[in-house]
Order: sequence, then C-alpha cells, then structure tokens
Amino acid sequence: MTMTGKKERLDRLAEMVNRDDERGVSLWQEAFRRLRRNPAAIIGAVILTAFVLVALVGPFFVPYEPKDTIGIREGLVKSGQGIIPGASAEHWFGYDHQGRDVFSRMIVGARQTLLVGVVATLIGLAVGALIGGVAGAAAGLGGRWGRAVDNALMRVIDMMLALPSLLLAVSIAALLGASLSTVMIAVGMVSVPVFARLLRVSMIAQANSDYVLAATSLGVRKPKIALTHIVPNSLAPVIVQATLTLATAIIEAAALSFLGLGNPDTAQPEWGVMLADAQPYLGIRPALAIFPAVAIIITALGFTLLGEAMREALDPKLRK
Amino acid sequence: MTDNDILVEVRDLKVHFPIKRGVLFDRTIGHVKAVDGVDLRIPRGQTYGLVGESGCGKSTLGRALLQLTPPTGGEVVFDDVELTTLPPARLRAMRRRMQMIFQDPMSSLDPRQNVESILTEGLQTHGIGGNRDERRAIIGEALDKVGLPRWALSRYPHEFSGGQRQRIGIARAVVLGPELIVADEPVSALDVSIQAQVVNLLDELQESLGLTYLVIAHDLAVVRHISDIVGVMYLGALVEEAPSDRLYTEPLHPYTRALMSAVPVPDPDVEDRRERILLAGDLPSPANPPAGCRFHTRCPWAQPTRCADERPVLREIGGSRVACHWAERIASGELRPNQEGAGAIRGSAGGEAPEPVSIPTSTAKADSADG
Amino acid sequence: MALLEVDDLSVTFARRGQRTVRAVDGVSFSVDAGEVVGLVGESGCGKSVTSMAIMGLLPRHPGTRIGGKAAFDGTDLLGLDDRARRDIRGRDVAMIFQDPLSSLNPVIPIGLQVTEVLARHRGMKGDAARKEAAGLLDRVGIPDPTRRLKEYPHQLSGGMRQRALIAMAVACRPRLLIADEPTTALDVTIQAQILELLKELVHDSGTALVMITHDLGVVAGMCDSINVLYAGRVVETARRRPLFREPRHPYTSGLLGSVPRLDSGRGEPLNPIPGSVRDVLSWSEGCAFAPRCSRRVDACLDETPPVVRTHDGRSYRCVDPVPLPGAVPAQAGPADQPEASSPEPNEEKTRD
Repeated sequence: MTMTGKKERLDRLAEMVNRDDERGVSLWQEAFRRLRRNPAAIIGAVILTAFVLVALVGPFFVPYEPKDTIGIREGLVKSGQGIIPGASAEHWFGYDHQGRDVFSRMIVGARQTLLVGVVATLIGLAVGALIGGVAGAAAGLGGRWGRAVDNALMRVIDMMLALPSLLLAVSIAALLGASLSTVMIAVGMVSVPVFARLLRVSMIAQANSDYVLAATSLGVRKPKIALTHIVPNSLAPVIVQATLTLATAIIEAAALSFLGLGNPDTAQPEWGVMLADAQPYLGIRPALAIFPAVAIIITALGFTLLGEAMREALDPKLRK
Repeated sequence: MTDNDILVEVRDLKVHFPIKRGVLFDRTIGHVKAVDGVDLRIPRGQTYGLVGESGCGKSTLGRALLQLTPPTGGEVVFDDVELTTLPPARLRAMRRRMQMIFQDPMSSLDPRQNVESILTEGLQTHGIGGNRDERRAIIGEALDKVGLPRWALSRYPHEFSGGQRQRIGIARAVVLGPELIVADEPVSALDVSIQAQVVNLLDELQESLGLTYLVIAHDLAVVRHISDIVGVMYLGALVEEAPSDRLYTEPLHPYTRALMSAVPVPDPDVEDRRERILLAGDLPSPANPPAGCRFHTRCPWAQPTRCADERPVLREIGGSRVACHWAERIASGELRPNQEGAGAIRGSAGGEAPEPVSIPTSTAKADSADG
Repeated sequence: MALLEVDDLSVTFARRGQRTVRAVDGVSFSVDAGEVVGLVGESGCGKSVTSMAIMGLLPRHPGTRIGGKAAFDGTDLLGLDDRARRDIRGRDVAMIFQDPLSSLNPVIPIGLQVTEVLARHRGMKGDAARKEAAGLLDRVGIPDPTRRLKEYPHQLSGGMRQRALIAMAVACRPRLLIADEPTTALDVTIQAQILELLKELVHDSGTALVMITHDLGVVAGMCDSINVLYAGRVVETARRRPLFREPRHPYTSGLLGSVPRLDSGRGEPLNPIPGSVRDVLSWSEGCAFAPRCSRRVDACLDETPPVVRTHDGRSYRCVDPVPLPGAVPAQAGPADQPEASSPEPNEEKTRD
C-alpha cells in the first residue's frame, strides 16, 4: 500500500462522512424536519393555524354584535313557538334561540375556547411539572429523604387520579363558584396528575442513564446534572402530552360550560355554552348544536393530530 | 514492585444491593451480593483486565472503584488517597484523575449536547482552561488524540457512527488528563471491524499518555489482547488473577479453564482440536450464592470434601492467584473432571469430517413417544 | 440439488420521509441437505433481513419489496400464499432467534407453546403431545422436563429459554433450521452449551442449518460452508478451512485480521478495517467495500464486481482478490473466470 493510495482513501472517507451541511443538526431540528414531512402534522397545523387566526383576529371582523338579540328585535325569532330561521345571506349560520347571529357567536366563542384551553393546559403543566419535577429529582437523588418526598407527592397524585376527572372538576368548580377562571383551574387540575407522573417517570429513566453516570464521573454536581441533562431530556414526552391535553382541555371546558359551571354571563359566547343552549331546540334547529360541536371536534382533532405527529417525530426509536 | 508503582489498590471491596419489597414501606428481604470481598492492585501504567459473565459483578466493581456506586464495605486507595471516606467535594475534585469509558456509546452521550459541549463539561467543572478559546485548544488536542476531525465539534452524537461515538466518549475521558481510566465493555457494542480500531486507540493512548486502565469485558480475547494482568470474576469474587499470557497458557481455576475453552476462535483447526469443558446448568443467583466455593455447583472437578463447605481464598501459585482448594492437583492432572453433569467434550461434530460424538442421544425416546 | 437455493434475493424498504434502503441487494447462496451454512457479516449487512425474507416474516408494508427467488426443495418460498407458507414454516423450515424471551409468549406456559406446535403440524393432542413435549425438552438438555412444561418463560434462565425455543423449532423435525444470532445474547459458557446442542441436533437428525452470526469464531467451529456478506451482498463463499486459511476477498481477510484472538498474545497489533459500515458505496456504483478497502484499484469503481468462481468451488466478488500464498500477486489463477451469468449493473437498474 503506497502512501498516496492511503491518503487518497482517507480523503475520500472524510469526504463521504462530511457530505452533509457544515453545522450539526440537533435533535429538535431533526424532529422538526420529520414533523414537516408528516401529512398528519401538516393537517393538524393547518387546522390549528386557522383556529388561532380566527380566535385572535376574527372578533374584530364579525358582522354582528354577538350579544345582540337582533332576531327577536326584528320579530323573526319566536323560539317559544318553535320559529328559529336558518341560514340566510345576511346570517350565514342563522339565528339562535335568542335571535343572536350564530356565525358571529361562533367566531367570538373561538377566542374563549382557545383562552380556556391554553390557560387550563398551562396551569396543569405548571403544577404537574412542579410536582413531577420535585418528585423525580427527589427519587433521582435517592436516599431516605428523597424516597420519602417522592412517595408523599406520588400518593397525592394517586388520590387526584382516583377521582373521576369530571367529578374533580365539578367539585373544584363548586368550591370556587361558577366563573371562567374556575373552569380553567378545574380543567387544569384534572391534567396535573398526567403531567406530574410523566415528568417524574421520564426523569427517573434519564437519571439512570449512562450519560448521567458519565457526568457524575466527570465530577459535575447533582443539581447541575439535573438541570443540564435530566430535565431537557425529559421534556419531549411532556411537550407532546401538553399538545394532546389542549384537545381534551377544550372538550372538558366545553363540558363544564355545558353543565353551567362556566362563565355566569351566559350571553358571552362560548362553544360549550352554545351547545348547552341548543339542547332544547334539537328538534327544531339541530344546526344550533352541530356548529359548536363540529368546531370543538375539529379543533380537538387538530391538536391531537399535531400531538401524535410530534410524538412520532420525537420518538428516539425512530432516530437513525 | 514497590508501593509507589501501585496506582489503585482495592481491599476487601463489597457492594451489596438490598432487595426491597412492600407497597408503602420498604422492607429489606435480602441482599444481592454483587461484589463480595475483592482485593486487587493495579500497577501504574498497566492494564488490568477484568473478565466474567453477566451478573458476576465486574461492572459493579468498576463503578464502586470510581465511587459511582457507594461500596458497602472495604477500601479503595487511589494514589495513596482512600476514596471511600473522602468528603464529596474532594471526591469530585479527584474525579479529574480517574475517568470512565462506557459500553454503549449512544446512551453514554447526552443526545442534546453537541460534541463541543460534551467535551467542555468536564473542563468547566474542574476549571481547566480560562476561556472559550483556551478550552477549544484543549478540546481540539483531545479530538486529534482520538482521531476525530475538528468539524465534529458542532455535531450531535446521533450524527456519528458507533465507532466514532466511542471515540467521543474516549475524548471526554482523556480531555481531563486522567491517570486511571475504567473502561466498561469498551468495544462490545461495536461492529467487529470497528472493535480493532478502538482497541488500537486505547493501546496508543496508554503509550502516549501513560494511562492506567481497568478494562472490564466479557470477551476473553479482547481482555487478553489489551491487558497485562487479568482477573477472572465469578459471582462477586475473584477466582483467579494472573499475567495475561500466563492465564492463557496455564489457567489454574476450573472456571477459568471452562471459560477459556468456551471462547470460539476464528480458526477451524483450533476449533476442531479443542477440548470443550461444558459447564452444567446456569449461574446461581447472586442473592443466594452457594455455600463454600461458589463455583462448586457447576464445577467439573468438584470434590466431596471442602468444596461445598469451605470458601477458598485467593492464594499464590507460581505467579498466579487462585481461589481453588484443589488447583495444584487439578493442574498436575491428578484430579480428573467428573463425568456426571459436566465433562470435556470433543468439539468436532460440526466439522468437515464428522466423527461420532460420545453423547448419548435421546432421539429414540422422542421417536417412541411419537407413536 | 440443493435443499435451499436463494437466488438474487433483494429486499428494499421505502418509508415515507426516509431514504429508500436496499437492505438486501442480490444475495445468492445455497444449502444442501444436512449441511451447516454460515451467513456472516456485521450489522447492516443484510444477514437477518435475508432470513426474515426467506421465512416470510418481514412486516407487511407497501414500501417493502422483495425480489429474486428462495427455492426450498424446488418450491419458491417467496411466491407462496400465507397459508402454504405457514404450513411449511415450523414443519419443514424452522427458525431460532437471538432473543429467546421476546420470541416466547410470556403468558403461556412453555409446555403449551411446545404442544401447540405439535398440534399444528403433527396433529398430536393430549397426553401424547405432552409426553412428546417433555421428550423434546429432555432432548435439548432441560433438566426435569415435566415440571418445566408448566413454567412460564420468565421463570427460565436465558440459556434454558433458548433451549426451549430450540425444542419448539425441532419439534417437527424440520429439514432446515435457520438460527439468527442464536447465542449472541448469551454468556460464553452458555453459548458453548447451545452451540454443542445445535451441532448434536444437526448431526443426529440430518437437519440443514443456516447459522447467521457476526462471530467468526462461532462459524469456524460450526459451519461446513460460509457466506460472507457486506452491504447486502455475498462477497465471498467458501468451505470453512479455505475461507479461514486463505481468504480471497479483502473484507474477509480484513475481518480476520481485525479480531483479537484468544490464542494471540498481549499487544500483538490488530489491523482494523478503516472507516465504518456507514461508509459504503452503492453496489451499482462499483464495489460497496471500496471506500474501506486496502486493495482498492480504479477498476473497483467501474462496475459491480462480478462473481468469480474458482475451480475448488469457492467464489468471491472482487476484481483484485487477496493473492493465494505462493501465487504471483495481483494475478488471478488460471481457473478463475468471471461468471457469465453474474448480474450486470444495467440489470440492477431495471429492477429499481
């Protein structure tokens, strides 16, 4: 083997490995690439973008004031006699039982729904991540006290899990009185155990991994290991869960509003309230129920599609 | 050999893991004696190879030596410093001098750190290199040493092949300028053609940096190739320790012999000639090890006296240390392996010229049950 | 006529959003009745996918394409419908996997799993089946077989599980047994037991065995003939002794030179193959091994190297093989003729 032959070969090898772009691709970037190629993620993203756009800017462009009982004023709507006119050129989704424009109410309601979903999920995420993070760190640190703290926190979580979620929400709502923030807190609390358990399990798994042992053997302090290695690597499943929780939060918030535990100002449009209002008129104007129901389903579907696609994209098993 | 030449001395090291049961309250119902009284000395600049099958406690021993798993008892003396009683802050500072290389290069690298950040972590921890440029220079040197290109710095572990990842792991260890490196199965997760690259790299680094190694592996061939001294572990204890070549030419402990005879060699002539010592049964549970000699339940040379009730200690026989009551008499051929349960079998049935094997087969029985 | 004749087998995986992978790229080999044949290679060489394709065990997916032929006793296994394939599988051809725990059903006792095979393929029932099952466990060296029949897989050690799996595989006295890394997950002393058992079974029953492994030592002691795979193709086929004594393909000789041997001394230098299995060329561009090869010449990149068959029945896919000891370097023996029917590069393209 000549020197030139060897050099040529090594050059070639280096060239082969060096084919990709100059910078490294981090896991998040890699996951985002995979996400972009997944049709489910695209559909989910399109639905959600539309939903968020409508929720944010829609209310400025609604054709009618959503609380205005225009249909009754003009004598077109007589819900007592079962007269609720349907879609028309002026009122695209028709009137509701109080003569209000359903189209305008749907659009303004989107903002409420988004607000409740996001805030409730954030509450659940914050409280759950705090409990789960402390429990996970305590379990990871080990020792008598670590195990005791972990045990105590997990029993609290077990108790929360033991209550049916709707019952838990109803009791919280009953305790705090019906209001929009009650709905947010109630829905948020329901998702606390999920986030707490997920983060804890994920942290414990990471704490037992070889790279944490490697960091320990480098002499890195435990708190720093927890912050720089364990937590960032435990977040992926939590983020996926948060996206999926948004879907259930919207449905649960609608359910609470439907039960009358939401905003006491029932004139304020909200998809769950609209669904509840539509109930007595199912026989006359089923569309009144169908519009909010379909909107809830599609939005929830959007979050679920995106969440599932993210789960797939972040799955370490699919990594090359 | 004076004491100055010994970098690491392990004295009667024990690691017992409690077995816990119970829903609300932990109750200890027993102990897994992963490491149960090991003594060994690693001379400076040499390689000590530790072999044994899964569950023998070799990995636990390596971690306990580095104080990554707290030992239950015994002492680890590293360069005249007793590690087991060292306060945490001093132990952390000490870690710069003793590093570890892991089996699985993927799981031992944080997937969210790029190579630069992986290699910087240790430097920052020990305050080596004042600023980023200085650190970069140190890291660059480490990359050169392990044969990785500079552009690797901005890449993430998942973008490398297995062999390259292991080089990153080695760079992480050598960048701190350690004296001792504990390598736990450094090549077993790698492809055959890559193993040699890493083995050669470890050899080169030892020569250029004067490193001392403790290499833990199940592959006897790898261990023999890179070790000066080899220790054989069985159920938490050393059963034999000898210079690498001597262990191969004159294995004294029955377990070493069985292990040696079981390793396949890529040479048909050797394979056809070999006398395979087949051990009966499986490894007993380390939670409930056999009394007396731990190997007596599977030993082809087990004797009716002493083996079952007296635990043999390591004793010096002609340059080796062996824990067997009957080592001399087995070596001289005075004692023959028992035929019952285990025995030596000529391994040629699969050869090109098949010979009848001496094993009674039960095909006939299976046939009659057919009818 | 060979018992199993695999001819130009190819498997490609096309997955959404990923590069199409040619896991197996024209593998040909044959197995005679009662013969032990080795498929050796590193991860990604296609050895396991080859066996899965032959057994029809590759997951169904529209992106998975299987081409070529795998004739068992004259029947092309790849062309069979599911039913016919299930009939052959287990009865005539059986398989043993690397991980015995995941190949056994965790919630069913061992005995029931063995008798199930007996019922399916040999129509045995009740006591007869149980007796036969106990006999089989005894045959593979599981002590106290009647008690073991009632135990679940997790109650057995790794070695015992692999024995139970072998018992199920040989329950119907198959004519061909495919063992995919059967001892990789086991300790070396247990590996020795299992290899000895496999040798015995093959010797006693005349079952042909395809041994898939990365361990050259295992092949050296077991196989009559050996196929070395690289990047989805067989690069060298030879009988056991000639392969180890005089490897012709640079990859084979490189592998042999890079493994530490128990009988070589401390510090004897190893000669690793540079690069990694990632650094491959596509076979249609030339020799896939060329980027890592120490004997690389320009001709390597001209076309897919044709298969060269020598007079002594061995073959290799290399334009500049390792010379035989005593031969003039870089000159093929007089009988080494490129095989006329070797696949041409343009033929490759039409199959894409």
